Amino acid sequence: MANILVLIETSSTGGIKASAPGLIGAAAQLGTPVAVVAAAPGTGAAVAGELGRLGAAHVYVAEGEDAGRILAQPQLVALTAAVSAYAPAAVLISNSTESREVAGRLAIRTGGAVAADAVNVRSEDGRIVAVHSVFGGDYTTESWVRDGLTIITIRPGSIQERAAAATAELTVAPLAAADFPAAIIEQVHEAGADTGRPALRGATKVVSGGRGLGSKDNFVLVEQLADALGAAVGASRAAVDAGYVPQSYQVGQTGVAVSPQLYVALGISGAIQHRAGMQTSKTIVAINKDEDSPIFEVADFGIVGDVFTVVPQLIEAINAHQLTAAH
Amino acid sequence: MKIVVLVKQVPDTYEDRKIDLSSGLLDRDASDIVPDEINERALESALRYKDGQKATEIVVLTMGPDSATKTLRKMLSMGADSAIHIVDDALAASDMVQTARVLAAAIQRGGFDLVLAGNESTDGRGGVVPAMVAEILGLPLLPSLDALELEAGSVSGTCSIDGGSLSVRAPLPAVVSVTERSAEARFPNFKGIMMAKRKPVETMDRASLDLGTAAVAASVVGSATKRPARAAGTKIIDDGTAAQELAGFLASNRLI
Repeated sequence: MANILVLIETSSTGGIKASAPGLIGAAAQLGTPVAVVAAAPGTGAAVAGELGRLGAAHVYVAEGEDAGRILAQPQLVALTAAVSAYAPAAVLISNSTESREVAGRLAIRTGGAVAADAVNVRSEDGRIVAVHSVFGGDYTTESWVRDGLTIITIRPGSIQERAAAATAELTVAPLAAADFPAAIIEQVHEAGADTGRPALRGATKVVSGGRGLGSKDNFVLVEQLADALGAAVGASRAAVDAGYVPQSYQVGQTGVAVSPQLYVALGISGAIQHRAGMQTSKTIVAINKDEDSPIFEVADFGIVGDVFTVVPQLIEAINAHQLTAAH
Repeated sequence: MKIVVLVKQVPDTYEDRKIDLSSGLLDRDASDIVPDEINERALESALRYKDGQKATEIVVLTMGPDSATKTLRKMLSMGADSAIHIVDDALAASDMVQTARVLAAAIQRGGFDLVLAGNESTDGRGGVVPAMVAEILGLPLLPSLDALELEAGSVSGTCSIDGGSLSVRAPLPAVVSVTERSAEARFPNFKGIMMAKRKPVETMDRASLDLGTAAVAASVVGSATKRPARAAGTKIIDDGTAAQELAGFLASNRLI
């Protein structure tokens, strides 16, 4: 089977980020997963065991002082070396802020091209095909790379498949020096106090609030329902613009695109830009006092009513159900 | 300081956007075509620097069909000094590698200290063109900055990543891409609109750029299918029991 390289993202403390299982899972659909990591000196071996459990057959670690200190170059240099060593049929990279830079540069450096923001991959007649969900899920397109290395960026949280655990064969190599002026990481800021809620991107349940909540204080209602459901919290652009929550909560065309099992929209009218970020959700529930809100056009279950009345009752009913189920 | 701002015209996200199912490419006639909002924010970042440093020169650069002139005029009316429009039918349906090669070749012709771009367009959402341009030019990239600080000799800013954010810095010349969280764009005023009519727009075709003739890899679109319209489900008006009904619906779908 052909080798498929996967770029492993690591945190500032060297831990493996949450994108790894999906990337390795996708690689296993196409061939033999080879995990590539840029790591600080002496830390590579520590990650090999976990990457093997995630399904990597080989782990290639490039160790050097630049890892974690310089943006993108260590990963680029490590991947370029691994492309020479493993002659892969494809390289899979998370479509995240830090990693997609590596994808773009790798394409230029190796004479490849990028199939961007794939939500699935498959192998067909010896060709690797990337599947994309575009215009907010209105269309599904397929693409592939011709005349060069296939590089695919994968939308975080989109791949459900997981690879069978393997015993990874570890290769540790020195990280080659940077070869263009560097973007320096001056400081890493860890996210603020952990709310204990799942991250919006990749969450299986999402509860979002809109302008209908009326104020920042009232937005707590959205959080309460989210906690009752074990869901992540999102918001419409209108709620973000009104200052109820930070922009990182925004679901939509210009925010995070989510595709959870359950999406609950509270006080959200459902402007086309919002729907572009959530309409591929498996089940959509909407509660809004305006009967004519476009959100009801895509809702599997819609309630025309006051969120301040319905949501507390709903939380009570969910808690009651969970108590019954527990007995 | 000379700043090149990369711009793109895209279908308006406030309307339905369509893809031609036979070619898998954007149906340009189906929606209004507007400057991508993210590019206006990139230009705004450049303009804010120019507000304090009058000697700054801002050039907007696009590759696109004839109609992209409208997008360039809007950017000029906001305050850019001149525009470059690469227009050539041979470049239609270019993938990201091809687009980056064309943009980089045009950037190299004129000299620059900083290249500013949006982090991803609202139509393609590929998000790798700025990185490709940086790689071709042999320059650092500060990707997806929420805010940027430009000084003589260096640029710095903050980018959000999963689990936090990074403070990053690069020497000039450099490439920077900005996010939706960056500078809110100004509206063109009357004076700006009048002045834009007299500002130079240079057009170029593929042949006027030094691109070589070697075949390069490309990403090609194979097929496109439209998702069936989502059917609306149950809609009830709350009479005091709606929350119970919804809880029942969630339970029967094993969602609670």
